Amino acid sequence: MSTDAPQTTDETSETSTEDAPAEAPSAGDRRRAQKQERAAERAREEAEAEAAAEAAKNTVHLKVFRYDPEVEGKQEPRFDDFHVPYEKGMTVLDALMYARDTYDSSLTFRHSCRQAICGSDALFIDGSQRLGCKTQLSDLDMETPIRVEPLPHADVVKDLVVDMEHFYEQMEAVEPYFQTDDLPDEELEEQRQSRENREKVKMSTRCIWCSACMSSCNIAAGDNEYLGPAAINKAYRFAMDEREGEEMKQKRLEILEQEHGVWRCQTQFSCTNVCPKDIPLTEHIQELKREAVKNNLKFW
Amino acid sequence: MSQSYNRGLIEDFGRWREFSAGMWAWIFHKFTGWVLVGYLFTHIAVLSTAIPAAGAEEAVLTAGEDVYTQTIVTLEDLLLVRILEVGLLAVAVFHILNGTRLLLVDLGIGLESQDKSFYASLILTGAITVASVPTFIAGAF
Repeated sequence: MSTDAPQTTDETSETSTEDAPAEAPSAGDRRRAQKQERAAERAREEAEAEAAAEAAKNTVHLKVFRYDPEVEGKQEPRFDDFHVPYEKGMTVLDALMYARDTYDSSLTFRHSCRQAICGSDALFIDGSQRLGCKTQLSDLDMETPIRVEPLPHADVVKDLVVDMEHFYEQMEAVEPYFQTDDLPDEELEEQRQSRENREKVKMSTRCIWCSACMSSCNIAAGDNEYLGPAAINKAYRFAMDEREGEEMKQKRLEILEQEHGVWRCQTQFSCTNVCPKDIPLTEHIQELKREAVKNNLKFW
Repeated sequence: MSQSYNRGLIEDFGRWREFSAGMWAWIFHKFTGWVLVGYLFTHIAVLSTAIPAAGAEEAVLTAGEDVYTQTIVTLEDLLLVRILEVGLLAVAVFHILNGTRLLLVDLGIGLESQDKSFYASLILTGAITVASVPTFIAGAF
């Protein structure tokens, strides 16, 4: 942005001085002027009515899941309808925020950065797990009402807010942080990673902990102990990191090889389909499976 | 934890319209797998009639009046059995094709086109099933 003051144009003042000196208008002139005025007004009214009709046509119909255990009349889950004026480029989150700010301040949902970084607004939109802020309304079928529900397979706390505690527990279970015994010789030396190795783990580092994959996973729904795609992807990120050393990799594989680890995955590709950061989750889980097999099968 | 509303733990089959290719592949693979397991038992039951038939006399065998031959002939006379055989072939072919697809997925090959390979196995199953109909139904009517 430039810090220059905006240049003002003085064209308007010039043109006004060019007007002809005022003359006493005749009666006919006055009538004509009135007629013109009335016509202009009619045109204006028509335009306004048209704009209103256009606006009515350009509203988005949201059907939003509502539930509040703390209020007597709201304990039975229901769907509320919101008609939000549509603007080009509007996302589902924008529409929800408009509905909350304009119609019902008790509508509750998580959101923060609004640019698919914080991972707090994963919702079940039109039958699929998506980030509210990353989903353009124009990409959805706006002819039919857009259903916005909390993530499936998770306990609902209120409205669109689900309990993420279990998801976070599974994420923590794989020790999602860098650990190594392989320390550099000198105290201040960097632990460099090769470019190839960085490329290998690149996609897996993009996880924003939104839990969309966990919610979409049919296996995780039936088996509460299953680590889930996000946690396994996190483990992949560190297990494949060459700087962690062989001993640490063994430890990580031991966590993943358990009954409720990688082997639970049945390759439905649900997680890969819904991941808002396009992480190839199934691919990573499959690679860890192969890694686990190679680790345990010894023919000599 | 606050009181919460339980939304169910298994996938809601009311949402079947929204299932993706991978989900359908999984459901069909489970279903065909169980059908094949079930068939295996009836298969063993039918083949078991060959044990008493093996002890039958030469003349009975050539006349085709032993238990085994009688069982097979009776079964094949039923139109329902003929139709079920077509179904069995469809189920087996899909299980084989999707099993190959899963093998490739396990090897990390073609993960990008897993949905296409599912559709391909579906179409191929349909084609093979249709092609098999004359063979199975011939002489049933």
